[in-house]
Amino acid sequence: MSRKQKDILTWLATFIVMLIICLPGLWVVLSAFRPNGEILTKPAVWIPRDLSLDNFRAIFGMGEDVVGIPVASYFRNSVVISVTSTVIAVLIGMSGGYAFARYRFPGKGAAFLWLMLSRCVPGIALSLPLFILWSWTGLIDTQIGVIVVYTAINVPFTVWLTEGFFRQVPRDLSEAAQIDGCTPWQAFWKVEFPLAKSGIASAAIFAFLTSWNEYALASQITRSTDSKTLPVGLMDFTAQFTIDWAGMSAMAVIIINPALILTFLVQKHLIAGLTFGGVKG
Amino acid sequence: MAEVSLNNVVKRYGAVDVVHGINLDIAHNEFVVLVGPSGCGKSTTLRMIAGLEEISDGEIAIGERVVNHLAPRQRNISMVFQNYALYPHMSVRENLGFSLKIAGRPQDEIARAAQDAARILGLEPYLDRTPGELSGGQRQRVAMGRAIVRRPDVFLFDEPLSNLDAKLRTQMRIEIKKLHAQVGTTIVYVTHDQVEAMTLADRIVIMKDGHIVQTGTPLEVFERPVNTFVATFIGSPPMNLIDGVVDAGAVRLSDGSALPLPTRTGPIRDGQRVTYGFRADNLMPEGHGPAETGPVATIELPITLAEPLGAESLILTEIAGVEVQGKMLTPRPTRPGEVLRFQLALDHCHLFDADTGVRLGQ
Ligand SMILES: Nc1ncnc2c1ncn2[C@@H]1O[C@H](COP(=O)(O)OP(=O)(O)OP(=O)(O)O)[C@@H](O)[C@H]1O
Ligand SMILES: [Mg+2]
Repeated sequence: MSRKQKDILTWLATFIVMLIICLPGLWVVLSAFRPNGEILTKPAVWIPRDLSLDNFRAIFGMGEDVVGIPVASYFRNSVVISVTSTVIAVLIGMSGGYAFARYRFPGKGAAFLWLMLSRCVPGIALSLPLFILWSWTGLIDTQIGVIVVYTAINVPFTVWLTEGFFRQVPRDLSEAAQIDGCTPWQAFWKVEFPLAKSGIASAAIFAFLTSWNEYALASQITRSTDSKTLPVGLMDFTAQFTIDWAGMSAMAVIIINPALILTFLVQKHLIAGLTFGGVKG
Repeated sequence: MAEVSLNNVVKRYGAVDVVHGINLDIAHNEFVVLVGPSGCGKSTTLRMIAGLEEISDGEIAIGERVVNHLAPRQRNISMVFQNYALYPHMSVRENLGFSLKIAGRPQDEIARAAQDAARILGLEPYLDRTPGELSGGQRQRVAMGRAIVRRPDVFLFDEPLSNLDAKLRTQMRIEIKKLHAQVGTTIVYVTHDQVEAMTLADRIVIMKDGHIVQTGTPLEVFERPVNTFVATFIGSPPMNLIDGVVDAGAVRLSDGSALPLPTRTGPIRDGQRVTYGFRADNLMPEGHGPAETGPVATIELPITLAEPLGAESLILTEIAGVEVQGKMLTPRPTRPGEVLRFQLALDHCHLFDADTGVRLGQ
């Protein structure tokens, strides 16, 4: 096989794989801009004839057809919950990761192992106890309730990722900085933090995406506009007999976008973070 | 003025003492080298002076101040690390200026200081590079530059040259010595390389297993090693050591032959078991050594091997079954097995207690 043929085959294979991965997404995006009728036509209409923003107008209550779903509240809840839980998880992850990377303390290995093992339990398996606990404590259907859950989900991961990054930063650097006049705190922020930045950024992104996209647990512990997040809100489109596919797609696009934009903004860090190429002598 | 004094300084990790009550007084502007085999506690001692390691017991003072409980930043010291520990995310210029920036000095002063240090160390072309874009030798210079910018009371070096190749090491050694002449600051320098220690030090401190074995000028430790450990650790090749028993003003060796007592031996009783020591430089074939002024013993020895080094050859031979090394100046070709008449300079021979290894006589 010639080089050229090989290249073509590689591209073809990549194209097919990407198509399989992207097709559902593409379908959702297309559907967001066309009427329900066209979405459900058989055989499927691939080349859209009738694109409009009607679906978006509808879900924001601005069009002729008004969908009675409080998307704005869901959006606000999602932002508040995801951002807060991410910030907390990253702060805890950073302190925990740093401690695991730098200090010796009794039970360190076991603690780290348990933290990682907690990732093995599917969250949904804990939904019943969680539900009961949250109803007792009054955390059910509150933003704080969801924030606590998401923080708990994210912390093991942020600890693990930042630990790896801090471990890569040689201890000498902090010592050199302290000799150069820094307090340990300054040495951290001026030397160790900048060097582990990529790792912390990727931890933050992953934590945010986890929180932003989470559905299973949120569907159990949220009830109303007080705390319902966008993925849970998506289910509002399923009525007893009909599903408003168009509205649902429009909302899906609204959910996808912030995550997509954020990922693009920090992709440089994300790549550095995922390849672990942060620090060099 | 920045003397450094260590008073019964102990370092303990859990129940294990790794530094056992060290006493050391370092004078202002003195260049002191701590040398010893791996794991003897050199780095630990240096790091205690720096404040990076807590002192388990005893007292460390810099200048007039006891610094036991001061943080590294309060001790006005600089340290050059073995792997340089440059800040990878900063340019050379920022690395050099970092300490002044932290101290809140004005921009122009920082810039000037970085420039000055770069000039002294020949780093001017690299000021805007990051450490990742420098060679090992250049990084080493940046590390030294970062240390001098602060105008510290004391410089601490922890094996700064061990990551460089042999040639660069020799070159940087000279630069460090020049630097000391130029900035004239107290220096404590750690190495396990005795050549570095000999060439750099005003005073050498030889450590072993967390104890100081001997302190002295390079010449003192070379010419009057306090025990067989120092005798073999300092100098290259290591001192030849042969066991024997004192017998009627001579040392009788295991094969029945005898070597005359070194001239500097004090009173000694017959029957004492001793170790006889001399360096390769003091065992030379007749006509191939310096004109000896002191007493010599002449011994005939068969050559095992000769290693030509250019101006001299290293001669391997045997005395009483022990392999020893001698030297031949203005060498001529030799054959293995050839018997030569060697002269042993008795003024430069040493006697140690065979059991304790401690030096006998002055
Ligand atoms: N954190 C620690 N816990 C326990 N023992 C330690 C610790 N750090 C060092 N040691 C021990 O202390 C001793 C002295 O270590 P140190 O690093 O001072 O040796 P060194 O003379 O610098 O050796 P090298 O030439 O290899 O650098 C060693 O035996 C080492 O095992
Ligand atoms: Mg060391």
